[in-house]
Amino acid sequence: MTSPILTARKLNKRYGRVIAMEDCDFDLMPGEILAVIGDNGAGKSTLIKALSGALRPDSGEIRLEGKPVHFSSPIQAREHGIETVYQTLALSPALTIADNMFMGREILKPGIMGSVFRQLDKKKMQNFARDKLTELGLMTIQNIAQTVETLSGGQRQGVAVARAAAFGTNVVILDEPTAALGVKESRKVLDLIKTVKSKGIPIILISHNMPHVFEVADRIHVHRLGKRLCVVDPKQYSMSDAVALMTGAMAPPDQEAVA
Amino acid sequence: MTDAPGSAEERLPEQETVAEFNSSHKSNFHRLLGFLQTTPSAIPLFVLVTAVIIFGILNGNRFFSPFALTLILQQVAIVGIVAVAQSLVILTAGIDLSVGAIAVISSVIMGKFTFDLGIPGELAVLCGLATGLFFGTANGLLVAFVKLPPFIVTLGMWQIVLAANFLYSGSVVIRSEEIAQVAPILQFFGRTITVGGAVFTYGVILLLFLVLLMSYILSQTAWGRHVYAVGDDPDAAELSGVKVKATLVSVYAIGGLICGFAGWALIGRLGSVSPQAGQLANIESITAVVIGGISLFGGRGSVAGTLFGALIVGVFTLGLRLLGADVQWTYLLIGALIIFAVTVDQTIRKVSL
Repeated sequence: MTSPILTARKLNKRYGRVIAMEDCDFDLMPGEILAVIGDNGAGKSTLIKALSGALRPDSGEIRLEGKPVHFSSPIQAREHGIETVYQTLALSPALTIADNMFMGREILKPGIMGSVFRQLDKKKMQNFARDKLTELGLMTIQNIAQTVETLSGGQRQGVAVARAAAFGTNVVILDEPTAALGVKESRKVLDLIKTVKSKGIPIILISHNMPHVFEVADRIHVHRLGKRLCVVDPKQYSMSDAVALMTGAMAPPDQEAVA
Repeated sequence: MTDAPGSAEERLPEQETVAEFNSSHKSNFHRLLGFLQTTPSAIPLFVLVTAVIIFGILNGNRFFSPFALTLILQQVAIVGIVAVAQSLVILTAGIDLSVGAIAVISSVIMGKFTFDLGIPGELAVLCGLATGLFFGTANGLLVAFVKLPPFIVTLGMWQIVLAANFLYSGSVVIRSEEIAQVAPILQFFGRTITVGGAVFTYGVILLLFLVLLMSYILSQTAWGRHVYAVGDDPDAAELSGVKVKATLVSVYAIGGLICGFAGWALIGRLGSVSPQAGQLANIESITAVVIGGISLFGGRGSVAGTLFGALIVGVFTLGLRLLGADVQWTYLLIGALIIFAVTVDQTIRKVSL
C-alpha cells in the first residue's frame, strides 16, 4: 500500500466568528490527480491556501512525505517542491516567458560574472524554458523571448503550468485553470494537465467545471462546510451525484469509499 | 438554391482580398507596436536624432559643433542624474516628487559640514550621500510598509526636506571661491576633460556612467527584473517569489543615494552651494522620464530612454535659444512631447497582440 505524499489532519482556521476550516483532513496520493470540489464558501480556497503556504492554519498538521511541515509563505512551500498555479496566473505581462518562469529563482552566470557582477545566465534560462515548454507540447509558442502579454489566454495558462511543473517536484496545485478559457483552450489545458501527470507529479485540481473534473480526476475530494465530506471515485459516481454531495442534497457514502 | 454555390464562388475572392488587406494592414501596425513594446526607447531616440538634425540645419555650425553638443550634455547633467533615480521609482509604478529637494539638501550638508563643522571635504561628501540615502530609504519604508501612495509620501517628503534645507542653511549660499580654497573635492564633478572642441565635465561622465550602470543592472540582474515585475503587477510578483517590499525599499533608497550624487554634481555645476538651486528638478526629471518612454504605470521602459528624454529637452532648449526664439516655445514644445509620449504609451498598453 502506498502512503500519501501530502496529508493534512484536523486543520482549523477561523476569521473572527467565521469558521473557514473545522477539523479538515486531506490526502494526496503519489502520481494522482485529485480534484477538490465544493460550493462557494465551503472553504476550498482556505484549504488550498494552507497547503500552498498562503495562510497559516490556527491548528492542525500538514505532512509532506510523512514529515511535518510549516509554511509561513508560498515561497517556503515552493522550497519544498509544492508549486501553485493561481487563478490570476501570477505572471508579469510585460516580461518575457523565460523571465517569468525564473522570477524569484534566477540563474546567475558561472564565475566572476555571476558571483561579483550578478549577471543572469539568460541563455541557460531560455534553453531551460524552451525545453520545459517543448516537453509539455507547448512549442506553438515560437519565441521564448516574447513577452507574456503577446500570448493568448491558453498559452499564458500553459506558461504558468509549465513553470509549476518545472519546479514542482512534489505537488502541483492548479486553481481553476480552465475558468477563464474558451472550449478549445480548455481542451489544451486539460491535455496539459494529463501530460504533467504522466511525468509522475501529483496534481491538486480545484475546479467548478464538473465535466473537466470528471475527465481528468482520479479521485474527487468533496469539500463542504469547512471540512472534507468524502472522497469519491469519478468512475462510480455521476456528476449530478457530485453536485448533490457538494450541496448536501445527498448523504455522503460510508467511509469505505474514502481511500 | 442551385445558383447559390456559383454566387458564393463569385463573392469569395472579393471577400478574401478585403480580409487580406485588413489583416496585412493590421499586422504592420501590430508589428510596429510590438517593436515599440520591446524597444520603448526607439521613439525618443528618433525624436532626438531628428531634433539634432533640424536644429543643425537651422543653426548651422553654432549648433552642430562639438562644443555646443557637449554643452547640451553639461546642461542636462544634473536633471539627467536625478532622472535616473526617477526612472527607477517610476518603473515600480511610483513617482518621486522629493528627488530635487533631496539632491539640494545633500549638497547643503556637504557644504555646511565642511564649513561649519570643519570636517574634511571627503567626509562631508560621504555625509551628504548618506543624507540622500536616508531620505530615499524613508520614502521607501513609507511606501512599502505603511502602504501610502508614493505621490503622497514624496509630496510630503519634498516639503519636509525643502523646509529642513532652508531652516538648516538659513538660505545662505556658500561661495565658490571659499569652496575651491577649503574643500575642492566638493567641486569634483565640475572638473572637465577637453577632447578637441568637446568639453566633458566629470558630472557628464557621472551621468553617462550611471545610465550604463543602471541599464546593466536593470536588464542583466535578478534585482533589475524584479523592479520591472513589481511595477508590472506587484501581486503577481509577490506570488512568483519576488520580495516586493524589499525591492521597493531598495529602489527608493538607491534613488535617494543617486540624488545625493546629483547634489554633489550640482556643487560642481554651480561652483557654489546654493539652498535655492534645483527647485524644478522633480518636474524636470519626470519630464525626461516620460519623454524617454518609461510608462508612468510601471514595468515598461529603459534608463537609456530617460537619457534620450533629458537630451531632447536640452536640444530643444539650446536649439531654440540659438534661433533667438522666446524660451516659452521650448516649454510649449516639451509640453506637447509629454502628451505625445503618454499617448504612445497608452496605445501600446491597450493593444492586446
